[in-house]
Amino acid sequence: MTAAARAALQGRSRTLWARLGEVDPRYLVSFLITLILVVGEARYGILGGYDRLAIALGVCVVTELALARLVGGRSAAVQSAYVTGVSLALLLKPRAGLLWPFALGAFLAIASKYVLAYRGQHLWNPSNFAISLLLVIAPGSVAILSHQWGNHLATNAVIWAFGLLIAARVRVLHVTLTYVICYGLLAAARSAIVGTPLVAELAPITGPMYQLFIFFMITDPKTTVGSMRGRIGVAALVAVAEAGIRLAGDYHVAALGLLYPAPPILALAIVGPLAKAVDLCAFFHNPRRSP
Amino acid sequence: MVHGVTSLRVRRLALTTVFLGAVFAVVALNRGRPAELAGGSAAAPGFSLRDVARDVGIDFVHHAPTLDPRIDNIAPLVAALGAAVSVSDVNNDGWPDLYFTNSRFGFPNALYLNRGDGTFVDVARSAGVADLNRPGEGVSMGAVWGDYDNDGLEDLLVYKWGYLQLFRNLDGLHFEDVTAAAGLRHWMNSNGAVWLDYDRDGLLDLYVTGYFRSDIDFWHLKTTRIMHNSFEFATNGGKNRLFHNLGGGRFEDVTDQMGVGSTRWTLAAAAADFNGDGWPDLFLANDYGPEELFVNDSGRRFVLTRAGLESDSKSGMSASLGDVLNRGRLDAFVTNISERAYLFQGNNLRLNFLPELGRFQQGAEGAVADAGWAWGAQLGDLDNDGRNELFIVNGYVSGARDRSYWYAMSKVAGANGNVFEDARNWPALGSASLSGYERSRVFVNRGLAGWTDVAAAVGVTDEYDGRAVALVDLFNRGVLDVVVANQNQPALIYKNTVAPGNHWIAFRLVGTRSNRSAIGAEVTVEAGGTRQLKIVDGGMGFASQNDRRLHFGLGGMTRVDRVVIRWPSGAGQVVEHPDVDRLNVITESPSAGAVP
Repeated sequence: MTAAARAALQGRSRTLWARLGEVDPRYLVSFLITLILVVGEARYGILGGYDRLAIALGVCVVTELALARLVGGRSAAVQSAYVTGVSLALLLKPRAGLLWPFALGAFLAIASKYVLAYRGQHLWNPSNFAISLLLVIAPGSVAILSHQWGNHLATNAVIWAFGLLIAARVRVLHVTLTYVICYGLLAAARSAIVGTPLVAELAPITGPMYQLFIFFMITDPKTTVGSMRGRIGVAALVAVAEAGIRLAGDYHVAALGLLYPAPPILALAIVGPLAKAVDLCAFFHNPRRSP
Repeated sequence: MVHGVTSLRVRRLALTTVFLGAVFAVVALNRGRPAELAGGSAAAPGFSLRDVARDVGIDFVHHAPTLDPRIDNIAPLVAALGAAVSVSDVNNDGWPDLYFTNSRFGFPNALYLNRGDGTFVDVARSAGVADLNRPGEGVSMGAVWGDYDNDGLEDLLVYKWGYLQLFRNLDGLHFEDVTAAAGLRHWMNSNGAVWLDYDRDGLLDLYVTGYFRSDIDFWHLKTTRIMHNSFEFATNGGKNRLFHNLGGGRFEDVTDQMGVGSTRWTLAAAAADFNGDGWPDLFLANDYGPEELFVNDSGRRFVLTRAGLESDSKSGMSASLGDVLNRGRLDAFVTNISERAYLFQGNNLRLNFLPELGRFQQGAEGAVADAGWAWGAQLGDLDNDGRNELFIVNGYVSGARDRSYWYAMSKVAGANGNVFEDARNWPALGSASLSGYERSRVFVNRGLAGWTDVAAAVGVTDEYDGRAVALVDLFNRGVLDVVVANQNQPALIYKNTVAPGNHWIAFRLVGTRSNRSAIGAEVTVEAGGTRQLKIVDGGMGFASQNDRRLHFGLGGMTRVDRVVIRWPSGAGQVVEHPDVDRLNVITESPSAGAVP
C-alpha cells in the first residue's frame, strides 16, 4: 500500500469515526442492542418467541409515553424504553407459556424510573431493576438468559467489536474496561481461592448475558455517577460485589442463594443505586455546585 | 399552582400504588395455581400406586460407572446414566418379565422372571445375560427386546458405553451372544435404541443412538475434549446408526445411505408413522439441541423434516408416544430440564398435526412443562378411564442436600462452546447435588382441561434419581403398573390399584407377514364414539421399553365397537366387538388387506 493510499484510508477512518461521534449516542446504543437481537434470534433463536418481544417492547413504550405525560412532566424517553424492552425480551427466560413476566417486568422497569427516584433522578437502570426484582421475588417463574453464542468465536467478536466501538463513542468505555479488567483480576483471585479452573471463572463473560450487562446496564449514563473517577470506582465496586456473590456461591452460602443465578446483574442492583444516591447527595450538599 | 402540585402528588401516589400492586401481582403469579402448589388434585384420583419391589422379590440396585480419573471433576455428571428397564415375556408364559441394566464393571444386569404368583426371580446369570459389564467390553446403558429372527422368542439388544451386544433367545431361559455373527460388534457410547421395521420386509431393523462420540473409551481417555460444544446446538455427539436386518441373523450398517446419522447427542428415539403414510418415521430427543423428525420415504431413505421442532432447542431426554387427546393420533412427549431461577426449558408435548399442518404443535404448559430435571416418562391409562396419564421421573444427581452445582454449572453454561467442550474446564462437582431429590410426577389427564399432578395423592413420593419408566400389567390384573429404574439407587415397582367401575381391554399381537413381535403395529380402539390409538413399541421413553401388550382403559363402557389394527407390514385388520376386561390375542391375518 502506498503512503498516499494509507493516508487516504486513515483520512476516511477518521471521517467515519468523526461521523460516528456526531450520531446521537442513544441511536448507537439502540443499534447495538438491535444487532444483538437480530444476530441472536437469527442464529440461535435467542428470543424464544416474538410475542415476548412484542409484549416487552409494547409495554415499555406505552408505559414510558403514559408516565412521561402523567407524572414526568417531560418528554418521553422512547429510545430508552426501546432498549429496556429489548433487554427484557432477551434476558428474561420464564416458565413455558408465561408472558406475564414480560408485561409486568416491562411496566416495573419503566415505572421504577418514576417511582424510585431520588432528587429527581432514578437510581436503577430500568431493566436491571426489573430483572433483579423478578429473579428475587419470582424465582419459580423466571430465569435469566443462559444461552451462549454456540462455539462460534466470530459471533462473540462481532458483538464485542461493535460494543467497544460504541462504548468509546458514547464515552463510557472507561466503565466497560474497568469492569472487564476488574472481573478478570477477581476471576483469577477466585480461581486461586476456590481452586476452580481459571477458564471456568472467565467463561461467563463470553456469553450474551454478560454482553447485555456490560454494554447496556452498567454503562447506563442515567444511573451512573457524575464523575469519570466515580464511574470507574463504581464499576470496580460492582465487580467486587459480584465476586463476593460468586464466592458465596462457591461456598454454598444458602442465605444468598437468590443472587447466584445472575451475580453481575444483582451486584449492580445493589451497588449502583447506593452509589448514585451518595453521588446525588454529595452533589446537592456541595456548596460549590453550580445552580 | 397549588392545585397543580396537589394533582401531581395524587398522580404520583396513584402510580406508586399501581407500582406496588404490580410487585404483589408478580409474587401472587409466581405462587401459581393451588393444584400445582399442593401437587394434588381437587378430584380424588381413581387409582393408587404402592412400591412392592421388595415384596415381589425385586431387589435390584443400579450402580453407576466409574470412569477415567482424568474427568473426576465431573464424573458424577458424566456417569449419571445407565439405569434402564425393559419389559418382555421372554419365555412366552403369558407373564411379563423385567430386564434391568447395571453400569459398573463387575456388577451384573438382572433378568427378573415373573413366576406368575406375584413374585419374581433373577435368572440373568443362568440365562447368560448378567455379566455384561466388563473391562474392555464397556458397561450397559439399556436394552430393547425384539424377535429379530422371527422364531417366536424375544431376543435382546443391550446398548452400552462399549460394544453393543445382541443375544439370541434360545429357549426362553437361555441366551446366546450373537453380536459378532450379526455384524453388530461396534463400540458406541449409546443411551438408546429402538427396534423398527423401516422397510416393511417383516424383519426387525435396529436404530441405535449415539450420545458421546464412539471414539471415546471412558476408561482410557485420550483427550478430555469429550463434552458437547454447545448447550443449544451441539452436533459433536456420537453418530446414530441404523442397522438393516438382512435375515439369517445378519445386520448391515445403512446409516449413511438412509440419511439418519445424526450426531446431535441423541438420548432417546421413538419410531412410529407420524404422518400417516404407512411407513415408520424416527423421532429423536436430543440433548443440547432441537428434536429431530426423520420421515421415512417408503423405506428408501429418511428425510430430516422441518416439523416445528428445529428452532426449539432444549435438552431432550426421553421420547414417549401416546394418543394424548384421543384423536387417533400419536403425539410425542419429550422431557427437558427446569430449575428455579436458572433454567426453564420445559418439557414438550408435541401434538401431532403432521397430516394436516405438516408440523407438531406445542401442548405442554404449567407443571407438565416444568416438572424438574426430567428423564423417563410414559403415557398410559393408569385409572382405566379411557385417557392416558403421564408418569415422569426426575432428578439428576442427588448429593449433599445443602450443596447445589447449579451455580457452578452456570459459569460455563453461558460461555463459548470451546470452553466447556473440555471436561477439565468444568468446576469440580464434589459432593454437590444437581437437581437432586426431585420427586416423580404423576399427571392425570383431564382432556382439554389439562393435567393435574396427583403424585402425592396416589402414593408416589420417592425422591430417587429416576431414569427409566416402563408401564406393564405385571400381575395380569387389567391395570398398568409402573416400573422405575433409578440411577445408583433401587428399582421401584409401583403396583397399581384402580378404583372399581372402569373397564379395560388389552391386546397381544402376533405378526406373520410383519415381524413376529408386531413392533410398530398400531391399534385403534373405537368405543362409544371415542377413539384411542396405541403402538407396539420397540423401545420408548428413556432407556426403557413398555409391555408388548397394549392396554386400553374404557371407563364405564362395556362394549368395544371395533378395533382397527394397522400391522407393520402395511396390512390392515378389523376386529368387531372384541371381549372387554380381558387380553385378546390377535394374529396377523394372512389375507389382511390395506388399512381400512
